[in-house]
Amino acid sequence: MEDTTKIKISNLNVYAGKTRILRDINIEIPKNKITVILGPSGCGKTTLLKCLNRLTDLYPELKVSGKIIIDDHNVLEAREDIYKLRQQMGLLSQRPYPLPMTIYNNISYALKLRGIKNRREIHKLVMHYLQQANLWDEIRTRLREPASRLSIGQQQRLCLARGLAVNPEIILADEPTSALDPISSQVIEESFLKLKNDYTIVLVTHVLRQAKRIADNVVFMYMGDVVEQGSVSEVFENPKMEKTKLYLGGTFN
Amino acid sequence: MTRAQKIEEKFFKMLMLIATTFILAVLALIIYSIFEKGLRSISWEMLTQVPHGGYYYGKGGGILNAILGSLTLAFGATALAFVIGLPVALYLNVFLIRHKKVIDVIRFLLDLVWGIPSIVYGAFGFSLMIFFGLQTSLLAGILTVTLFILPIMIRSMDEILRTVPIGLQEAAYSLGSNKSEIAFKIFTRQSVSGIITAVLLSFGRAIGDAAAVLFTAGYTDHLPNGLMEPVATLPLSIFFQLSSPVPEVQNRAYASALVLTLIILIVSLFSRGIGKRYHKTKINF
Amino acid sequence: MYVFNREQRHVINYTWMIISLLVVAFLPFLLFLGLYLKSILLLQGNSLYDLIFSKVWRPSAGKFGFYPFIVGSVWVTLVAMLITAPVCLLTAIYVTQYTRKFVLRIMHPAIDILAGIPSVVYGLWGILVIVPFISRHLGPWLGIPTMGYSILAASFVLSIMIIPFVLNILIEVFRAIPMELKEATLSLGATEWQTIKHVLLKKALPGIIAAFGFGLARAFGETMAVLMVVGNVVRLPHSVFDPGYTLPALIANNYGEMLSIPKYDSALMFAALLLLAVSLFFNLVMHFFIVRYNKY
Repeated sequence: MEDTTKIKISNLNVYAGKTRILRDINIEIPKNKITVILGPSGCGKTTLLKCLNRLTDLYPELKVSGKIIIDDHNVLEAREDIYKLRQQMGLLSQRPYPLPMTIYNNISYALKLRGIKNRREIHKLVMHYLQQANLWDEIRTRLREPASRLSIGQQQRLCLARGLAVNPEIILADEPTSALDPISSQVIEESFLKLKNDYTIVLVTHVLRQAKRIADNVVFMYMGDVVEQGSVSEVFENPKMEKTKLYLGGTFN
Repeated sequence: MTRAQKIEEKFFKMLMLIATTFILAVLALIIYSIFEKGLRSISWEMLTQVPHGGYYYGKGGGILNAILGSLTLAFGATALAFVIGLPVALYLNVFLIRHKKVIDVIRFLLDLVWGIPSIVYGAFGFSLMIFFGLQTSLLAGILTVTLFILPIMIRSMDEILRTVPIGLQEAAYSLGSNKSEIAFKIFTRQSVSGIITAVLLSFGRAIGDAAAVLFTAGYTDHLPNGLMEPVATLPLSIFFQLSSPVPEVQNRAYASALVLTLIILIVSLFSRGIGKRYHKTKINF
Repeated sequence: MYVFNREQRHVINYTWMIISLLVVAFLPFLLFLGLYLKSILLLQGNSLYDLIFSKVWRPSAGKFGFYPFIVGSVWVTLVAMLITAPVCLLTAIYVTQYTRKFVLRIMHPAIDILAGIPSVVYGLWGILVIVPFISRHLGPWLGIPTMGYSILAASFVLSIMIIPFVLNILIEVFRAIPMELKEATLSLGATEWQTIKHVLLKKALPGIIAAFGFGLARAFGETMAVLMVVGNVVRLPHSVFDPGYTLPALIANNYGEMLSIPKYDSALMFAALLLLAVSLFFNLVMHFFIVRYNKY
């Protein structure tokens, strides 16, 4: 394989009190591909994602150990530059959480955090990112409305645009289509396929078909363990582990 | 993060810490001053005797009249409010469960009534008394305080009963229970701890309030004897002793405040403890 | 002894529920009506405008100007809110955003106890601690002669009394904001404080305003504690170090003689009616405010 590794996770353990949520995780996530983390709910997928951009800091009860190397830096050791670090990654969560501001300001706020102050440039970039998220055409006349007036599907795309606006190299998506209607889901999936040329995408999902549709690489997790990982064809057509076979066969969900 | 941002965050964090400490410190200071002053002047005589003649000018006696009066009045009002309040809370959550709008209106009315100052209840109770030709009495006090704590009682019970899962109701229906059986047997049993907490909360309010009883319960140096007689209450006893020019009597006011505060602290501790204990019998879904 | 059968018990229970419900539902209207009927006597002789804006309070001469009491109440309430509002807001943010859960576990009983302490005890504490502090330290230090019994003393005591009430609502408001909104903002590279300042406060704003509104309404009607430290002088206050008089204190102080002067009882009932109206008004406005803004 000629792809280069963007994120390298080694020996990652996460404890919540005495319960182990993640157990010795070792994953390599290739650059400019869509890596899908697959598994039944409660297997630790979301926690894994939160480790990547250190949102685990918000939960003092979580103890994180191990290494997550992104571009030669260990994310887990970062102290001062944690805000810069989070800007390397755009986050898309399960349900859309637009900021309590106008549609325009949802994007411009992210730009301002990046340090862009020039009004004209902000204006240009807001349009750019909304276009990238397939949203611009629908809302170009409604930019000054509160973001909460958008439909859920539109809100999720706004959140995607907002995530892109921090100019990340990586997109983290946590079941981004689980609250959406089929059409919005499709739009989001199509955006991902377009975006993977420029970004490294990590997508958490428990929807098998979605994984099949858009994944390049698959990591299958179960109860805090990585059971199997590899390219789509390897994992889906030739699963080595018994658990993976069962899951793919739909025995448990 | 720039330097300015760091300083700003530090500054506000410091303010927050100060605010939080301020609240805890004031609480500690209040408790400390009441205990410090009160313990110095409290005595067995004070707790076990009624005021003798000239008590308010420094002669002997105690505040047993006010302690018993307050307890009687608060018990009476809490019991009455419970008898009226529980059915209302049950009615909202069992019979009106399908009429969301009606429930909302009633909850809204209750919240409105909850916000009315107790002195207004006092004034209202007084005008009722005049209307019915009643004198200041234990009964008038109980009725006024009942009105005052009724919204507190109902809304706190209501908040608990709301959490009874609909599945439990359905299961009971399928066993052939009718609505009032579900209300009075299933719902009350499932929410015992919450209901007790609500009752104790209301009791605390009832015993601590002065403004509502000022007009209606009157004041007497005798022990409570009968619904139609005036009755002494602790808050008013504190108030009157404090208005005395004699320092010794003022000190007794501090002791009385200590007694009142202790009663309320005990009630509040009790409600926390009981809340935990009855949790075991609750079905968790 | 006759034992009711199941059907009869059902009917009895049901009837009792309905009667109780009616009592409760009509309570606010009854209160209003009762106080209004008693105030009619006063309202017949004086215009509402005169009653509210006249400064002359001489019951024995039949002059009932409520202006000094209304001004006193407004001063005491507003100054109290000036203390309570920032303290509660900062504390609520601190305990919900910055500290571990055990701090909240300490705060909750502390709030409960503060809420449980009776009004009279607060007043007594005011006389014991706050009034002497103002007359012996704060006043002389600022070069302002004061008795200690003042608007400021009342406001301070009152501000402590409504802290548990306002703080409780604010903590609930901040806890109701989904964690994911905070996560989303942080993931954009915002610092914790930026997240609070730009996003959480905005999201919480309707709730914050409502909490302050409810607190204001509560403070306006507080009686005993204020009465004990405010000084009870019928005069327009010029500074917070002056004594004042509030509407609830007026009612509580004069109930004894209200039947001995003509129209006096009617005047006090009118004061109660004013309090009721202010309380209902504030609570109504805040209620609709919340309903409106919760929908977004």
